Amino acid sequence: MLKDITLGQYFPGDTVVHRLDPRTKLLLTLVYIAALFMVGSWGGYALCFAALAAVTAVSHIKPRALVKGLKPLVFIVVFTAVLNLFFTGGDDILFRWKFIRVTWAGLERAVSMVIRILLLVSGTFLLTYTTSPLAITDALERLLSPLKKLHVPVYELSLMMCIALRFIPTLIEETDRIMSAQKARGADLETGSLVERAKALLPLLIPLFVSSFRRADELALAMECRCYNGGEGRTRMKQLRMAWQDAAAFALGAALAAGVLLLRRLGI
Amino acid sequence: MDPIIRIKNLTYTYPDGSRPALDGVSLDIMPGTFTAVLGSNGSGKSTLAKHMNAILLPSGGKVLVDGMDTIDEGNLLAIRRRVGMVFQNPDNQIVANVVEDDVAFAPENLGVEPAEIRRRVDAALEQVGMYQFRLHAPHLLSGGQKQRVAIAGVLAMDPEVLVLDEPTAMLDPRGRREVLRTVEELCRERGITVVLITHHMDEAARADRVLVMDAGRVALDGAPREIFPRADALRALRLTVPDTTALLLRLRAAGMPVPAGALTPEDCAAAIWEALR
Amino acid sequence: MSLIEIRGLTHVYSQGTPFEKAAVRDLDLTLERGGTVGLIGHTGSGKSTLISHLNALLKPTAGTVLLDGEDIFASKASIRAARFRVGVVFQYPEYQLFEETVYADIAYGPKNLKLDTAEIDRRVREAAAFVGLDEGVFDRSPLELSGGQKRRAAIAGVLAMEPELLVLDEPTAGLDPAGREDLLEKLFAWREARDAAVLLVTHDMTIATRCDRLVVMAEGRIVLDGTPEAVFSHGDELASIGLELPEAANIARLLRDKGAALPPSLYTVDALAEAILALWGKGGAPC
Repeated sequence: MLKDITLGQYFPGDTVVHRLDPRTKLLLTLVYIAALFMVGSWGGYALCFAALAAVTAVSHIKPRALVKGLKPLVFIVVFTAVLNLFFTGGDDILFRWKFIRVTWAGLERAVSMVIRILLLVSGTFLLTYTTSPLAITDALERLLSPLKKLHVPVYELSLMMCIALRFIPTLIEETDRIMSAQKARGADLETGSLVERAKALLPLLIPLFVSSFRRADELALAMECRCYNGGEGRTRMKQLRMAWQDAAAFALGAALAAGVLLLRRLGI
Repeated sequence: MDPIIRIKNLTYTYPDGSRPALDGVSLDIMPGTFTAVLGSNGSGKSTLAKHMNAILLPSGGKVLVDGMDTIDEGNLLAIRRRVGMVFQNPDNQIVANVVEDDVAFAPENLGVEPAEIRRRVDAALEQVGMYQFRLHAPHLLSGGQKQRVAIAGVLAMDPEVLVLDEPTAMLDPRGRREVLRTVEELCRERGITVVLITHHMDEAARADRVLVMDAGRVALDGAPREIFPRADALRALRLTVPDTTALLLRLRAAGMPVPAGALTPEDCAAAIWEALR
Repeated sequence: MSLIEIRGLTHVYSQGTPFEKAAVRDLDLTLERGGTVGLIGHTGSGKSTLISHLNALLKPTAGTVLLDGEDIFASKASIRAARFRVGVVFQYPEYQLFEETVYADIAYGPKNLKLDTAEIDRRVREAAAFVGLDEGVFDRSPLELSGGQKRRAAIAGVLAMEPELLVLDEPTAGLDPAGREDLLEKLFAWREARDAAVLLVTHDMTIATRCDRLVVMAEGRIVLDGTPEAVFSHGDELASIGLELPEAANIARLLRDKGAALPPSLYTVDALAEAILALWGKGGAPC
């Protein structure tokens, strides 16, 4: 069922990781991603993995939840692996069959890319699992607030993101419901040529669009009733404040980046 | 005492409408009262409600909220803050994906101090009995719970009036009971003025006053025990009467001396038992 | 042979995950041709899961669903046949309308049945007439209709498949009292005319009193099954699962508690009024 997708899911909790300022978490995620791209040796991956495992453990997120989140990425991972495996040049040929040629360098690159993607995605999942989407958008808004001076509607953009996140589960449920209703009228979404199948999606897509517009309309009305008036003059219930934990977290993040660079230097 | 909402000879025609949706409505709503608005689909109930917080502005006539004219744009936020509005579909009025963040939306819009927002959010969630769900994701709540969150989101504005447009239409009986109990408590214990639009006669029976709308006008206006015994008039307006009233009217028609205005099952049974003895 | 026979039906959602939940457990149910069966129970009692098995939208985790004695999951063809022989109208069916015209939308089901144009035309007109939809709206977009008309058009779309069992989930939700009454009348008339079976999922006890048989579900199981008289005489069981009695049955109970010698199983206003008047007559009061 569509409902089982855990994309962007937040698992409320009360750990150090949950309590960190979302801006800290957002910036550290960026540091982590940058570190991943700086990795130049297997030791670097080991270090990033250790960091990921440590944060997962401290935040009480079940490793199983991370693995489940990675499932939809199987296709991309396999695709990347295959691409790197077969299309990397090199002399030390490992395997050859007709025009297919696999080199040691290719194998190494494929494995390295797969590890990098998995670590990268798990890291960002960890951010969304431990930080409510609202806190993430809030952090983004505040980090980007200097752009307000350039007349970028930062608040409106973050509100849009927040609402989009809020309605994902609702629209997934709705899709399920409409699909059932059309199947009950004999709609056949599974067989036929590609064109036929694309056509068979219309009974699903049209009602979904119609209902999304209706929802948007009603939501706009409800927001107006709750005195929504744009970002001007708004206050926030939750004030973001950096504490010593945030400083400590930044120190650890810097240590990770330094460690990765060091290992790259040492070639471990 | 001055009325909290005063409507004078209100007419309204939708931009694409040929006949007016409201056609000369005049009424006063007194502070702290519980008014139910009945009427068939298209009778103008929702249009009337939307005039109470300046979502729609009169084509003719006047709407005054706490003395402020809704047509005056300078009053807009002051009026919206005083008159909170809750709609039919709870899914489409919740903005955030954590309950307490959603409840904070209105006071944040109003520029209230953070500490005060926290206090109001907690108080509002307590009042609707949803405090223990404050960190939940709304889409995992039941319909009745979502609707109570929506009510809390409006209460956080500290409104004087609560206008509810068929808040129970999409709920199951349990959700309906939860929402109705919450609304009654807010009126009876907190003194909030309630205007409840509904299709359910048993909900209207609990109000102080019932307004029946028909073709953009107020067709009937009075206490429930005066309105519901008028079964023929109600049927002509495409409405039914509560089963209690239907039973008492049947008994009266057969000559049994029972009052027609006993609306709750308890009062109704007591009145019949009185007559039987 | 019974139209539908469900044996040992169990359905578990998200099996093997921490969110695993049994929505229906080891349930047996038989539905005969003709007659209206009311299915009552709270949200989450398993009603929706149960009805999604009747037309093979959901596959049982365990147990079988027999249609005319044949397992509906036997083959792709039998699944498809079940979709057409068991028509399901979901809650707020107006949101499934999608064609450019009302006519085309009602014709969508029959078209999927691969019927010829003349037969499709006959069915569309007949279905529209049954729900009281004027042919004048056939060429209009379904989105232009009023709320009540949309509901009728959506229901007509399922009636046009001429199902042997029609399942309706809260068909009157959100309608005004007169609209509710009118739609119910039309559905009962359709059932009579076609001699089909109707399964009506509802929270509304006033609607429940008008069914021939009531099935009450709680926590994935059937807890009561019988005539309305029989079911409404179990007031305590109904209350314990949070369901209300019809108002008349409630008043009758209160009167009995006070000592009135009313017969058991009164659940309509008419029956209760007669019983009270009979008591009053006996009491020697002037008639």
